Amino acid sequence: MRLPAILNTTAARLSALFILLFMVCAIALVTYMTSLSVRMLTGQTRESIDQEIAQLSQVYEVAGLPGIVRSIDRRARQPGANLFLIADPAGRILAGNVQSLAPGILDNKGWTERPFTYVRYGEGAAARDSDDPHKAIARIFELPNGLLAMVGKDLGEPERLRVVVRKALILALGMMAFGGFLIWFFVGRRALKRIDAVSAASRRIMGGDLGGRLPVSGSGDEFDRLSINLNAMLARIAELNDGLKQVADNIAHDLKTPLTRLRNRAEVALASSSNEAELRAGLEQAVAESDHLIRTFNAILMISRLEAGNGVTERGPVDLATVARDVCELYEPLAEEAGVTLACGPLADAQVAGNRELIGQMVSNVVDNAIKYAGGDGKDARVTVSLASRPEGPVLSVIDNGPGISPDDRERATERFVRLEESRSQPGSGLGLALAKAVMKFHGGRLDLGDAGPGLAVSMIFSRGEEKP
Amino acid sequence: MQSQIGRESVKTDTMKILVIEDDREAADYLAKAFEESGHVAHVAGDGETGFALGETGSYDILVVDRMLPRRDGLSVIAGLRARGIETPVLILSALGEVDDRVTGLRAGGDDYLTKPYAFSELLARVEVLNRRSGAKDSETVYRVGDLELDRLSHSVRRAGQDITLQPREFRLLEYLMRHAGQVVTRTMLLENVWDYHFDPQTNVIDVHVSRLRSKIEKGFETPILHTVRGAGYMLKAG
Repeated sequence: MRLPAILNTTAARLSALFILLFMVCAIALVTYMTSLSVRMLTGQTRESIDQEIAQLSQVYEVAGLPGIVRSIDRRARQPGANLFLIADPAGRILAGNVQSLAPGILDNKGWTERPFTYVRYGEGAAARDSDDPHKAIARIFELPNGLLAMVGKDLGEPERLRVVVRKALILALGMMAFGGFLIWFFVGRRALKRIDAVSAASRRIMGGDLGGRLPVSGSGDEFDRLSINLNAMLARIAELNDGLKQVADNIAHDLKTPLTRLRNRAEVALASSSNEAELRAGLEQAVAESDHLIRTFNAILMISRLEAGNGVTERGPVDLATVARDVCELYEPLAEEAGVTLACGPLADAQVAGNRELIGQMVSNVVDNAIKYAGGDGKDARVTVSLASRPEGPVLSVIDNGPGISPDDRERATERFVRLEESRSQPGSGLGLALAKAVMKFHGGRLDLGDAGPGLAVSMIFSRGEEKP
Repeated sequence: MQSQIGRESVKTDTMKILVIEDDREAADYLAKAFEESGHVAHVAGDGETGFALGETGSYDILVVDRMLPRRDGLSVIAGLRARGIETPVLILSALGEVDDRVTGLRAGGDDYLTKPYAFSELLARVEVLNRRSGAKDSETVYRVGDLELDRLSHSVRRAGQDITLQPREFRLLEYLMRHAGQVVTRTMLLENVWDYHFDPQTNVIDVHVSRLRSKIEKGFETPILHTVRGAGYMLKAG
């Protein structure tokens, strides 16, 4: 956690930008407010000067020069008094509290704003003795007999306001910058810490700990959301990885048997065939065996692809009843030959958005299975295909009256390559129900194995969302 | 090869086949197998060479692998089609089941076979594709020996005797007769008669064929619907 690293975060850059913007706005606002209040104060000052001048003019009219001098003297001695001055036309000061004047000031009648040196009474010795010029605003006017008079007001008050505001502004800006820096230091550091944790976790996962997950603090913030999503992604990857591993394992274990059989047949044919006919028979068996292998491979690939959820995007409206009828019609001769009654119906009207090929293949597999296992114990073997429209969605059922699958084995029956012990004598790759399960999952539905008492009831439950109105 | 799939009796027209496949071993095996079946086969090892050879228009059939170096198989096909080369194309692919097939056919392929496949399946499809160039689509009556199928009146006669068939049996026979003298595989029958593109798991097609066979052969002296072991079926007089 070094400082340059913090400064390099997005959070830091953003907060810096915001603080800067905020400061500019604050300065502009304060400047505007200050100048407005100063202008208001100045306006008031001018008004009060005008009032004083009006009063002094009256005094002069009534009491003449001595009257106005007395009046000015009195006024000048009050605490916080204004500036007063009466001078002869030559500029010599006759009365008032202004001590000295720069030459030429009195030549311009009207408003003037400049530093004056004047005596202030009642403000303590230091203030009285200081002869620092004070900025003041004053109005100069001419009395009827040629004398000049000036009334002014110290501008110290608006000046002081300006100074106070400036000081406050600088303090506020400083605090703002400091606060922003603190916030950005802690927030940025926190963000960096979280990111470092995520980086460390992902390095660990990349290093081989595939079960590892990114830390989730539980605060539900964007880091958590990101971590949760990434964790979901990791889980999906792990799932795919497991699937892949399982396929590899299954291929290794379960294809070993047919491959060995293939090899043995070829070997026997080579070793013991005395004529061409026997050799040919051996080779034909070998070809049949490899065809079976190819079929199994294709089925495995298809299941893997479906479970990975890619490779198939082609979807359209599929009329389930038509597919059911097609499959029944396809399997009817086979069922008859096997002594199984294949009943098709009742078939409700149901359309789903899906892949007709996949659904057709799935139903074929399930019907194929059902015909293989139907009957037994002298019962009349029977397989029923029906389609019902249920609230949860269309349900395509294939029911046989064979031995069924015990509840404990049902989950296992849909796994790849699992052929339950009782069925070992029947031919088949053991992939039929696994493929059906994968197809249903791909269509957002599920495959349900139930008890038909006796027999197996396979329900292909499509989700309502997949149904076309 | 011939002896393996029992094809001595099959008399096929010689085809000139171009195999565009980058796997040298697989390509050589295919070429050899095609030649043993009485065809002429050339091999192109990459997409550009394949396109250049295919562009000459001198082949009866192109067998194109989808994933090729230098130029993708589908692009080769699309390029040839854009140049007006209408040679039938069979796409070989290690890719998927349903979608890949659709994209392959959309790109201009005529048939699609997924690896791994049996050579007998490939050969049967290639031969059917070639015959399709001189299609029998325009004929309204198919005749094989004394068997006659009228596509308009949906009637079937053998040696002057009417034979009643179910609609699906009629379509099955129609397909077999259209490709009389050629091997059709079970998968091809499921595709063309039932319009489903998957591998029939058990002998479901065989049962349909034997039903049909009993209808068109029972009571007649000569067999006409033959089983080609390890491959499929063939309708052939005599």
